Amino acid sequence: MKTKENPMTDTPSSVEKPTDPAIESGLERLTPDRIQQVIQDVLKKETGPRFKAYVETCMHCGLCAEACPYFLSNDRDPQFMPAAKVKNTIWEMLKKNGNVSKDFLRRAVRISHLECNVCKRCSMYCPFGIDIAYMMLLVRRICHKLEITPQYIQDTVNSHSVTLNQMWVKDDEWIDTLQWQEEDARDEFEDLEIPLDKMGADIMYSVIAPEPKFQAGLIYQAATMMHAAGINWTMPSTPGWDNSNMAMYTGDNEISGRIARAFFETAAKLRVKRIVMGECGHAFRSVYDMGNRWNSWVMPPFEVVHALAFYHELLTEGRITIKEKYKKKVTLHDPCNVSRGRGLHDKAREVVNMVCEDFVDMVPNREHNYCCGAGGGVINCGPPYKGERMVNNRVKAEQLAATGAEVLIAPCHNCHSGLEDIVHHYDLKMEIKFLGDLIYETMDKKIYTPGA
Amino acid sequence: MNSFIAFIMGPMVWISVIIFLGGLTFKLVGILGAVRQKEPYIYSYMTLKHSLRSIGAWMIPFFPRSARMSPIYYGISYLFHILLFLVPLFLASHIVLINEAFQISWPALNDSVADGLTAGVIAALIFFVVRRFRVPEVNYLTSAMDYILILVVLLPFLTGFLAYHQWVAYQWITVIHILSGELMLIIIPFSRFSHMLNAPLTRAYMGSEFGQVRQAKDW
Repeated sequence: MKTKENPMTDTPSSVEKPTDPAIESGLERLTPDRIQQVIQDVLKKETGPRFKAYVETCMHCGLCAEACPYFLSNDRDPQFMPAAKVKNTIWEMLKKNGNVSKDFLRRAVRISHLECNVCKRCSMYCPFGIDIAYMMLLVRRICHKLEITPQYIQDTVNSHSVTLNQMWVKDDEWIDTLQWQEEDARDEFEDLEIPLDKMGADIMYSVIAPEPKFQAGLIYQAATMMHAAGINWTMPSTPGWDNSNMAMYTGDNEISGRIARAFFETAAKLRVKRIVMGECGHAFRSVYDMGNRWNSWVMPPFEVVHALAFYHELLTEGRITIKEKYKKKVTLHDPCNVSRGRGLHDKAREVVNMVCEDFVDMVPNREHNYCCGAGGGVINCGPPYKGERMVNNRVKAEQLAATGAEVLIAPCHNCHSGLEDIVHHYDLKMEIKFLGDLIYETMDKKIYTPGA
Repeated sequence: MNSFIAFIMGPMVWISVIIFLGGLTFKLVGILGAVRQKEPYIYSYMTLKHSLRSIGAWMIPFFPRSARMSPIYYGISYLFHILLFLVPLFLASHIVLINEAFQISWPALNDSVADGLTAGVIAALIFFVVRRFRVPEVNYLTSAMDYILILVVLLPFLTGFLAYHQWVAYQWITVIHILSGELMLIIIPFSRFSHMLNAPLTRAYMGSEFGQVRQAKDW
């Protein structure tokens, strides 16, 4: 594959490794005793028979290697295979009873935060179903407790901690953004509303903080769909509106749990029937799978509907009709957290086929799709790591290029941003869209407009 | 010497079988108890249906994508595991011994077939060793213990093979055969061989998470 600056042949060792100020200053503060104590504490108090079974059961067979986009993208360099990442982090910590060096920890932060998307693909390739992503999150938990989490992602957690949203969006800015979108949309649809805090609405619509911060148009689009479909919906005006959860990825379980709890409490306060959320993968995972557990709910206390399933519902029930199908050749990226994480891949394909004329699948796809390389908090470690992320995403670029599609549908925010980087870096000449973008473009918007 | 042979063919067999079965039972009870105590959430997510679905899917030859991507290793490994149980349990000379002791018996493999299958097990083990050397990602993970474990399995099959053919030192080979067979049984609960117990459990848990919560396939 020919690309700019021939990035396909770069290996991570030839990419300059930046030194992250948060990691470095964190390491400086650590003493050998502290390192050992934290590691022992986490391994002893926060793990149990599950972890023990994973460590005891791995037969070192190497089948997980084939699963990992990092391994495949780096010319099958063994250190990128899933089991090797465990070997170079957790096994060593166990073997040395937590007595590990700062250099070891510097490497462990990188392995767990930047060389693994916790996409769980490898547990589908391990005959024993060993959950390596779980162990990488355990390493991140240790890094969090040692205060050596990469700077950018730590900042998003700080924001969560202070504002309950990921992007330091102030309370009034949030409301202001929603009203601004409502006002703009009213130019097109006279009676369109973005109802705030409407008690007992059928649906609470929820987004991640980057939407009000710099993608407010997505809220506009969602409102248009709700309007056209005649949905009784609302958005909360108070903190708890953001369903994203970066703390889930840094191992800051306490803050992660607080975020999810505030989110569910917001929905409870509004007495809504269901929660619908925008096209984001990790946010879905946070409230569908992880946040509920930390707050002791086996399953979420509300029905949580991802945008893909919601679009499917609107289109199959005929609440939204497509005026004219999208013409360009499209392909679909299956985000890990909603395909491998919630089996929505078939519904997604049905929606794409209802909206688009020319759909071509990626190979491999559905549960087996390659991660975008951005998820699991990797892209959130920020621009300093973009170079190596691009190297680590080569196999994704090859997968995209093989489709020959003009438009790439990425129904997840993290995937969207990550794929954007890949498309530019590998010069793929693909346009990247949310599924909502295409529905907005092709749907009949006039249904409920006045005078229609 | 005779009393030594009587010991390893008598009480020692009992001891090793008891350690093998008792050890695995003890381990299972320990795991289930520890899960209840430390990670009870696991029981909230385990379902019989999805556990069996996942284990079943992984038992079908070449059904999981992972198996299809590494067909040679997977195929050899699959046959190896079947033979590991089949050959010792259906070997005529083993059945004769059991019949002498308990007056029970079952159909045996034809001796020359069993001989060929034993050679197959040995060949598979040699393949595993070569693979550990030759495939970089496997080599990267390999520790001395991996070779020791292979050796522990190799010994009873190799000595069984040699004893059958009676080429050299028949009696000594037989003694080593018996001892190494017992050693293998004893080691199972205390080594990564305990994956014969753990693997169905970890697979069942992952299968349940995928089937129940994630509503996706895990193969």
